[in-house]
Amino acid sequence: MLKYISKRLLMLIPVLIGVSIITFSLIHLIPGDPARSMLGEKATEAQLESLRQELGLNDPYIVQYGRFVGDILQGDLGQSIQSKESIGYELLHKLPATMELTLFAMLLAVTIGILAGVIAAVKQYSWFDNISMTGALFGVSLPIFWLGLMMIWFFSVKLNILPPSGRLTPGTEINTITNFYLLDSLLTGNFRAFKDAFLHLIMPGIALGTIPMAIIARMTRSSMLEVMKQDYIRTADAKGLKTRLIIFRHALKNAFLPVLTVIGLQFGLLLGGAVLTETIFSWPGIGRYVYLAVLGRDYPVVQSTILVVATIFVLVNLLTDLLYKYFDPRIRYE
Amino acid sequence: MINKKWFGILVLLFAMLLVVSACTGDDGDSSNESGKEKDTENATGDKTLIFGRGADSIQLDPSKVTDGESIYVTNQIYDTLVRYEEDSTEVKPALATEWTPSEDGLTWTFQLRDDVTFHDGSEFTAEDVVFNFERWATSAEFIYYGYMFGASEEDLGGIIESVEATSDYEVTFTLSEPNAPFLQTLAMPPFGIASPEAVEEHGEDYFKNPIGTGPFVFSEWVPDDSITVIKNEEYFGDTAKVDKVIFRTIPDNGARFMELQSGSIDMMTGLNPQDIQTIDADENLQIIERPSMNVSYMAMNTDKEGPLAEKEVRQAINLAIDKEKLVSLYEGIGKPAKNPLPPSLWGFNDDIEDYGYDIEKAKELLAEAGFADGFDITLNTFSNPRPYMPQPKVSAQAIQEMLKEVNINVEIIESDWDTHLSLTENGEHDMAFLGWTGDNGDPDNFLYVLLDKDNAKVGSAGNIAFYKNDEVHDLLKAAQTEMDQEKRTELYLEAQELIHEDAPWFPIAHTTPPIAANQKVSDYVPHSTGSEPFNMLDIQE
Repeated sequence: MLKYISKRLLMLIPVLIGVSIITFSLIHLIPGDPARSMLGEKATEAQLESLRQELGLNDPYIVQYGRFVGDILQGDLGQSIQSKESIGYELLHKLPATMELTLFAMLLAVTIGILAGVIAAVKQYSWFDNISMTGALFGVSLPIFWLGLMMIWFFSVKLNILPPSGRLTPGTEINTITNFYLLDSLLTGNFRAFKDAFLHLIMPGIALGTIPMAIIARMTRSSMLEVMKQDYIRTADAKGLKTRLIIFRHALKNAFLPVLTVIGLQFGLLLGGAVLTETIFSWPGIGRYVYLAVLGRDYPVVQSTILVVATIFVLVNLLTDLLYKYFDPRIRYE
Repeated sequence: MINKKWFGILVLLFAMLLVVSACTGDDGDSSNESGKEKDTENATGDKTLIFGRGADSIQLDPSKVTDGESIYVTNQIYDTLVRYEEDSTEVKPALATEWTPSEDGLTWTFQLRDDVTFHDGSEFTAEDVVFNFERWATSAEFIYYGYMFGASEEDLGGIIESVEATSDYEVTFTLSEPNAPFLQTLAMPPFGIASPEAVEEHGEDYFKNPIGTGPFVFSEWVPDDSITVIKNEEYFGDTAKVDKVIFRTIPDNGARFMELQSGSIDMMTGLNPQDIQTIDADENLQIIERPSMNVSYMAMNTDKEGPLAEKEVRQAINLAIDKEKLVSLYEGIGKPAKNPLPPSLWGFNDDIEDYGYDIEKAKELLAEAGFADGFDITLNTFSNPRPYMPQPKVSAQAIQEMLKEVNINVEIIESDWDTHLSLTENGEHDMAFLGWTGDNGDPDNFLYVLLDKDNAKVGSAGNIAFYKNDEVHDLLKAAQTEMDQEKRTELYLEAQELIHEDAPWFPIAHTTPPIAANQKVSDYVPHSTGSEPFNMLDIQE
């Protein structure tokens, strides 16, 4: 097991090298000039040139890449061209924001998705099955920005029961420790901030969780349907076991493997792909950070952030693989 | 037993959380940074204005930025030697109470206020002005200083030869050449005076800890989320009527508008045109138009051999485009332009009659120039909307259709903004869209920058029509050294006539960006330069 984990961790190295080369090439291939986007249209050529010189943008690509890798190896993620802020420091604030949102969205997606999938499979072709699976179809195809705006319009403008955007109401005091606001407010016993942060999480959480929820529900249903046809389920039924026990203990555990794969993948996707949700709900997370960096040709931010996200993605996948064993003890790691 | 499975899932989620916390922990020293976001002021019963906008500020050091969102905030924190009047670009006293230019225009002496303190408590004196100007002349990163005062790599000071504190409250500027717009330039927000102590104390991080003398004191900045400034009780001018202003970043226009409707913000910029009707119908909301200080245009590259080198062809293109129709694409926020100058500026020549829409006359002129059968040509445009042009692509398509009438085949080339700028600066275009937002409210800032031959250099052109008329150049140069505003006006009126005749541009529109606000916001007068201090603004509880 340990050998397996270390082997997988070692495999991170070529993956990250690949990711860094691809990111570096792509961002440098897009036309555009970071000096220009930073200094604006009013800058003189002399100013642009001096900034390019300062940022080392005139060096050959291979030298620039080498410098980037060198810094990373020393644990330095670099400095943003636009804001002059250390990228490590910015990620320390933005990654927890995205993680908090993603975890909440996945919690919703996993709980509701699995429950709906199981019930739909057990009561195949019932009204619940039809409604929830039609709902899931809608869920997969809903444009997030539309769903987000409709929710804001309904819950904030019309009913005025949920805050429209942001992570906290301006002026709410919070002492940050981990930058996970729910966790920080609990740790410091600040329940006003906890409630405020929680209310702010609801709408973006639903918006972000809808697609994975729908995918998980559909996956759980089809996987459960297959398992429920197996002989050992009939045997268990014939033995006179309680239906609930059959479903959750015997069927779901076996049906869960493909669902787990989907959860792992979706979790990784949400981490990097929350740009739309973060934009609509003014969520100061990593998706928007990278998006703005791409627009502003902030090369160091794009490179380092994608590298960090890729690392997390790989680790999440590793964790998913390790969890397989819990659900299917026959699996052996080599 | 069932619970065990759900427990498993929970464990999975928490494990992920732990892994990631561990990862982020490597990125820096979290224990040191954790206190940074502590809110230091309380929010009880204060009059707070919440201002929603699409993007965060980049830096809060106005001398280093060019983006409007940074200037919006720094305009609250800093004062300049002189300020613009509330409703025009004429200047009025601010940190300086009086000023006198010498006869030859080379020496300017300013008397300063003696009752001003910086937000950090230090006293404001002439030495501080000297410190700031000397700081700006040390590096090319002070973009506006270099740009407005003509600094070069060899001479970072530009036309300002020296700045001296001639007494505690008197400062004297010596210029290397007379510069008529000098005073108006000093009113620009980038020349806000910063506290030397704070600049030295914070060094590279000064932009996060701005200290000025303005009507509001910087309080907190949560990146990509909000910036808070609080009222400066000690302000030497009109103290602010609101206690606190929060600038919130809400990237999506639609979401921001809904925040305004729900009352969680009081004002916003970046309105979708279709929301204007909703505001008209909502008795709780109002629209306030910002006066225009910009122009959008289609430049015709006169440097390229071919049809555009002919004056008649350029005039014909001016005649063949239905401007009213084109400006209707601005959805109510644009007014047709006939001159490069916006009408809000002094020196605007209102006697000029626009070419008007006349296909027959356009065809005649084309025939005269030997292009009766038309020709093929390209039009460069950019993909993202700009303040002076909300729909660049659609505008280009409209012109493409209209010019078909006179047998001119337009091929549209769309690029992203940076690429567009570099293409046009290098003169790689036939025709190209561009626009300009004025800086200091002086006609020189439009006409010289955009249409003088000095600025038609390939590689760094502001004059992307590459229009080179010696007569115009002489007029514009003369206006730069003439200190008498009336005489300058005469020179500019004449220059505009020549430009109109030569038609290097098809001027399109001047926009008046709408600001949406709750009805409880009062006494807000938006300034044509793009931002203004909020000390006069009030909000009814």
